[in-house]
Formats: sequence, C-alpha cells, structure tokens
Amino acid sequence: MILKRLLDWLAGYWPEWAAYVVVGLVGIMVLIAFFLTMIMVVIWLERKLIGRFQVRWGPNRAGPWGILQPIADAIKVLTKEDIVPDRADKWVHLLAPVVAFVPPLLIFAVIPFQPDAILADLNIGILYVVAVGSIAVVGAFMAGWGSSNKYSLISAMRVAAQMVSYEVPLVLSIIGVILVVGSLSMMDIVNRQSLPFFLMQPLGFLVFFLAAAAEVNRSPFDLLEAESEIIAGYHVEYSGMKFALFYLGEYGHALAASALVTALFLGGGKFPWGALPPSFIWFLAKMVLVFCVLFWIRSTLPRLRVDQFTGFAWKFLFPMSLINIFLVGTELWWAKEMGWSLFPWPFLFLNWAIAGMLVLVWPKLFQLGVGRVEV
Amino acid sequence: MTVELSAADIAAKLSQRFPGAVLESGGATVLVESHRLLEVARFLKETPGLDFDYVTSITAVDYCHYFEVIYHLISIQHNHTLVLKTRCHTRHNPTVPSVVALWQGAELQEREIYDLMGIAFSGHPNLKRILTWEGFPGHPLRRDYL
Amino acid sequence: MALRTESILVNMGPHHPSTHGVFRMRFIFDGEVIVDMEPVFGYLHRGIEKLAEGRTYAQNIPFTDRLDYLSSMTNNLAYVLAVEKLAGIPVPERAEYLRVIMSELMRICNHLLAVGFLLNELGAFFTPLMYMFREREKVLDLFEMVCGQRLTYNYMRLGGVSHDIPPEFLPAAKKFVREMPGRIDEYERLLSENEILLFRTKGVGILPREQAINASASGPVLRASGVRWDIRRADPYSIYDRLDFDIPTGEVGDTYDRYMVRIKEMRQSTRILEQALEQLPGGSVCTRVPQLVRPPAGEAYGHIEAPKGELGFYLVSDGSVAPYRFKIRSPSFINLTALRDMVRGWKLADAVVIFGSIDIVLGEVDR
Repeated sequence: MILKRLLDWLAGYWPEWAAYVVVGLVGIMVLIAFFLTMIMVVIWLERKLIGRFQVRWGPNRAGPWGILQPIADAIKVLTKEDIVPDRADKWVHLLAPVVAFVPPLLIFAVIPFQPDAILADLNIGILYVVAVGSIAVVGAFMAGWGSSNKYSLISAMRVAAQMVSYEVPLVLSIIGVILVVGSLSMMDIVNRQSLPFFLMQPLGFLVFFLAAAAEVNRSPFDLLEAESEIIAGYHVEYSGMKFALFYLGEYGHALAASALVTALFLGGGKFPWGALPPSFIWFLAKMVLVFCVLFWIRSTLPRLRVDQFTGFAWKFLFPMSLINIFLVGTELWWAKEMGWSLFPWPFLFLNWAIAGMLVLVWPKLFQLGVGRVEV
Repeated sequence: MTVELSAADIAAKLSQRFPGAVLESGGATVLVESHRLLEVARFLKETPGLDFDYVTSITAVDYCHYFEVIYHLISIQHNHTLVLKTRCHTRHNPTVPSVVALWQGAELQEREIYDLMGIAFSGHPNLKRILTWEGFPGHPLRRDYL
Repeated sequence: MALRTESILVNMGPHHPSTHGVFRMRFIFDGEVIVDMEPVFGYLHRGIEKLAEGRTYAQNIPFTDRLDYLSSMTNNLAYVLAVEKLAGIPVPERAEYLRVIMSELMRICNHLLAVGFLLNELGAFFTPLMYMFREREKVLDLFEMVCGQRLTYNYMRLGGVSHDIPPEFLPAAKKFVREMPGRIDEYERLLSENEILLFRTKGVGILPREQAINASASGPVLRASGVRWDIRRADPYSIYDRLDFDIPTGEVGDTYDRYMVRIKEMRQSTRILEQALEQLPGGSVCTRVPQLVRPPAGEAYGHIEAPKGELGFYLVSDGSVAPYRFKIRSPSFINLTALRDMVRGWKLADAVVIFGSIDIVLGEVDR
C-alpha cells in the first residue's frame, strides 16, 4: 500500500522503470530487515522458552531478560575466523550457505501478512513457495557434499532421502487446500478462509504440519544435524558467518514454514472478531504460535531413526495426504451436485471423525523401520 | 551369599581328571599348570555342579621371578566362586593360553594384561595393545618398569 | 546395472558428543548400516593401577574418586571394603549405614544421568536430562553437606567414613526420599510410553542372556538381559542383608530393558534409603586405624554392586604400607566387551543409543 503510493509518487518525477527498481529495492530491504529481526526474535524466544521447558532460566545476562542475546551471538559469529577445510570443494563449500539462506527469504515475498502487505501477490503463489522452498535442501546437500567430511556426507545422504520423501506429502497436502480455493494465489487462499482450513481439513493440516516440520529439520525429524549422531551434520565444517547463514537460514525456513501453515490452514490474518489490531498482527501472532508449537515438540520428543523417518513419510503421511485429497474432492463434488455454496458443517465433523480414526488406526497397520540388518 | 568352593575338593576333582595339572590349592584358590589351563577351565565351565559360567575378573601380578595370572570365576547358577591361578616363569615373552573361546568376557581383560603386563595370550582373536598405543615402550605394570 | 557401493570408515570419537568422554569407535558403514565396529580405548589412561603401587592404602582413596567420577562414593566403598577385607579392619555399624545411604544416593544420581544422557542421545534435546539434573543437584547438595565436595568425595575411610553427618542432613535426605518416587513417576509419564522412544529402543541392541553372562556383563546391563544377579543380594556386603529390596530384571535385553531396569532400580534405591535412614543407629563413624595400614601379606578381592555393574578391587599386599598390586575390575570397561556384537547390523543412530544404554564413564574404562 505504502509502496504503491511511493511508486506513484516517484513515477511522477522519474522514468517508470527507475521508480519500479527503487520501489522494488525498498520493498526487498524492508522484507529482509523484517525477516532478520523476526529471526532474532524467534531465536531469543526459542532459547527462552526451551529454557523454561527444561526447568532452567534460558538467556538472562545480555540485557533485560537476555533480550540482547541474539545480538551478542551475532557479534560473536561475525568476528569468528572463517575456516575452510583443506580438502573441501571450495566453491560448493562457499555457495552452500547462500543457497540455504536465500530460499526462505524468497518465500517471504509471497506471504500475505495483510491484504495490502504482500510483496508480490503472484497468481502461482503456492507453486512458487513449493518450488523455492525445496531449494534450501540443495544448499544443505551441497554443504554436506562439499565439506569433505564423513559426518557431513552422511548428513547429505539423509538430506537427499528427506527431500525425496517429504516433498511428496507436503505438496499433496496443499492440493486439498487448492481444491477448495480454486486458485494458487496466496491472497486468494487466505481470503477464502472464512472458516480456517485446519478445521475443514484436519488431515491435510496434520500432514502439512508434520511434513513442513521435517522439511525444516525440526525435531523429531532433525536427522540432518542430529547432534548426538553426526554432530552437526552438513554444517559441521562451517564456522563464523557461513555457519551463521545456515543457522539463520534454518530458523528462517522454520519461520517460513510457520507462516505457510498460518496462511494455508489457520486463516492468515483473519480473526473471528474485529479488525482492531491490524490483521498482520494477527498473522504474526499465529505464526509465532505455530513456531512455538514446533519448538515445544523439539524440546519434548526424541528423534526418529533414518529408516523410520522415511518410513513415516511413505507409510503414514503419503497415504494420509492421498486420503485427504480424495475426501475433500468427494465432498466438493457432492456440495456442487447439491448446489450448496458453502462448505457444509456436517462435513466438518465427518472430516474430524475420519481424521481421528485414521490417526488412531493407521499406525497399527504397518511396521515403522526395518530393524536389524544381517551383515 | 556367594559360597567359596573349597579348593581342596576342586583340586581333587581336577587331579583325578587331569593328573599333574594342579600345582597347589588352598582356601578358594587353585593353581594350575599354564599349558593345561584351557582344558581345566573348560572342565570348570562345563562340568555340571560346577558351571563356572561367569569370569568376573582376570588379572596378572608380577612377582618378579614369575608372573601370576588370576581368574576370578563365578557360577551365576549356583552362586559359588573359585579363584583359578596360573604362573609363567619366564620374563621374556611369557605366554598363557587364552580363555576367550570359553568366556567372551576375557577378551578385553586379556588384551589389557597383554598391554600392561606383557603376557601374551595364545589363541586370543585380537591381541594388541589396548590402553597404551602401538609401539609404546615396555609394559607399565611390570615391577621393573619405572 | 549393478550399483557399485563402497563402505566407508568413520571414526566416531574421541571427540564426539555422544561418546561420554574420549572413547573412539571405528565404524565401517554400508550406507548407514554398521558392518563392523572396533572400539579404541586408552585416551584417558592415567595409569592409576601403577600410581597406586607407590602410595599408601589410605592415600589411594582419592584415586578411586577419579575412576568413575559420576559415582565416586561407590568407588570409595569398593576400595575400602577390599582393604578392610585384606587387613581385617572392623567397621562401626553407623558407618556401615552411612556407606549404604551414600551408595544408594549415588546410584540414584548415576542412573539419573544414565537415563538422561540416553534420552539425549535419542535426540530429546536435553529436556529429560535437565529434569534429571534437577534431582541430581539435590543429591549433590546432600553430599556437599557430609563431605564438602560435589564430585570427588573422598568420603569413605579405612574403617568407616571421614565425617559424621551434620544435623541438617537427615531431614534433607528424608525429604528427598519422599519426593523422589513422584519425580520418577514424572519421568515415566514423560518417557516410558513415548512412541518414538519405544520405536527407537524396543528390540534394539539385544544382548541375549547367555551372551550377557559369557561376556561378563554386569550391573543393569546383565540384569536387563534377564539375569537376576545383584551382588548386593548374591554376595551381600555391608548391611545389605538387613534391607528389603527387589532386583528388577528385564526380559529380552534390549535398550528399552536397560533403560527400564535403571528406572526401576531408582525406585528400589529409594526403598533402601527409606529403610536405612529409618534404622540409622548412633555411635562412632570410624574405627581408629593407624595412619599407615600394613595389611598382612596376602591378597583380597572386594567387590560391590556399583551403579554401573560389578566394581571390584583386587589387592595384593606384601606386608608394606603400599599395595603390591592394585587391580581395578571396572564394570564400564568389561561391559563394553559385547558392544561390537550388539551394534553390528544396526544403524548409526542406533549405535549411539546402544552405546549410551551401556552407560560407561571413560575414567573407569581407561583408568
């Protein structure tokens, strides 16, 4: 909104292309600044909250309530020596943090904080998100491969397994949403949610949430950096600013995933009553809430093993997402046949019942993981 | 309460089975010839009524003019114990048969004795230094090592 | 087309967050599957057995603190028992009770850490560990009251213990014993039926009963394999024959059983503590023993059920003030014998967990 005004104003004096460039840059700057600040906030929040989960204080030395801790951390990593292993693939090693850091930033371009606060309301928004989001994994793979370290290598292989497994249910669970909305634009998706989609499609929500958690390497799916097994996984050979980029990228990605969950399933900036706080406040609140759930899970659950991890994607999430598509498709067709304009309430209860039943029954039907292998 | 088996009884049984193998016996301790150790140990492990299925501790002592290797055996089934000893009288490359084939628990302990006391165990599957590194000079627990 | 695969050799440790110190495992992986594993020891070898030969019997007590530094009290106990056996030193009854109280507190402490670190290795990101630390802290406070130290206590003496307990110890200890069962319930609610924990530990790293005995495993590792063998019962020392407690055992000997046995043992330790604190008699806490004990020439093997397994000291005396031979039968070291067989065929992530479930301390492995 403000940007648009700025554009109009500038276009009065400058050639139009120059105005576009300047306005675009300003928008990007604002977004990056927002992104980095937000990451710092959630890093502090995570450390503080996990501290409380773990019956300790969390950071409380730097500034009041330790609020300056992320800044202290940032100064620390900036002044650290940058070490490149002698036998590393130098270019891959150099590029990997960038490749891992940029995609979450790109995702934020289409996050609909508020109807007039979205950098680019692409008409293929969600497709763009899926496409860009999976690039971050390439960064992790490059880092793992390029560092010439065996732990990194194992991590890189896990990245590959994870990418192949979890992208599928992630995308399939979005289809349920797209079926209802009939558009790929993020703004349309938010606008259609008079009823948040997680109420309407609990199964899709569950699958998306879990697959997204896996995609951003949050526990219990944090096998890529499993500290107790492969130390730090793909970024074990990184230090200083490059490591910080991975760290920021990881949090950024988790943040982007929470933003997506908010936009796709929690109704974006919509809230049942009033518009008194502007809707981007609601959006941020929901986003942080989702993020809190992510690190609540992180501080509670142990980690899955790699065969169980992929097994979970293929044996549980994948069928669930297919069932979800089938369910939503059938209901939509039925509603259309009957001439109902709104999504009827009975379907909602039906969906919850089916989801609950499947979650309880389905895991009993298969064995997760392969156990011991004869060697 | 773990019963200490009378060494005299065991020694009698052993002498009957392996004449000349038992050198001394007293208290709960039986001292056997080192080259017959393995068969004596097998007898102790496999004879019903003795069933020494658990080797608690294997250690060696350097008595300057001979080395003594000491096996603390326990039967978990009957809850009784016996101390089996053997000696080697050479300081240069002393050798005792390994009991790993009988008790897997001896594996690391024998390696430790080999490392620190310099007693080789013939028939050990993987006899090499364990606490010190390959090429470490001497064997630290010998009395003449300073 | 046949896919050509190549196994890789990975050195896990000596510096690795999950090796509990400076242990090193040389793995050969086929993908993530462990084809072979070779343990490498000795990074923390300090030659305590050799050092001890040059010091008097009493001077050796602090060395034992530094073996398994997470359960120093029981190390002290094992050593002084062996010396007392060798030299025939009597121990006053009150000291016996204090020794048992300290060992059982130590056992709780050790099992808290064992379970906590196991969960950490399972990837639970420190939360269970921090809960365990909360209780351990209270035990350490109790130890600080009696001997002024929090890690290396040097509390036991030949013929008793170094100090009597201060007046504030008993109420604090009783309070701890009252609270502890509730805390263990809390852990069990959080952990024991957690699906992921079950997936990761049930059936993983099985040590069969026969092999457990054959490989001289001891302590919770042996009991988890279904062997009802606890030296406190099998060969009671101190006053354990007067106390009423059960020996928890597992069934199949997998990682979950080892975890569960430790949880149950904590409950039993609480029971023992309850009784011991109740029955604690008065009197002196140490017999008068000469500064330089000269045991008669001979040998003695004293062993106790330390939290990690059978801790034994084999002492040979030549009648002088220093032991002629000082041998430590350390449970951590010998429990590792079967590690290779336990981890082969499992995955990298399991190896870490199986290793953690054995619960070792490198101070005791390398000595």
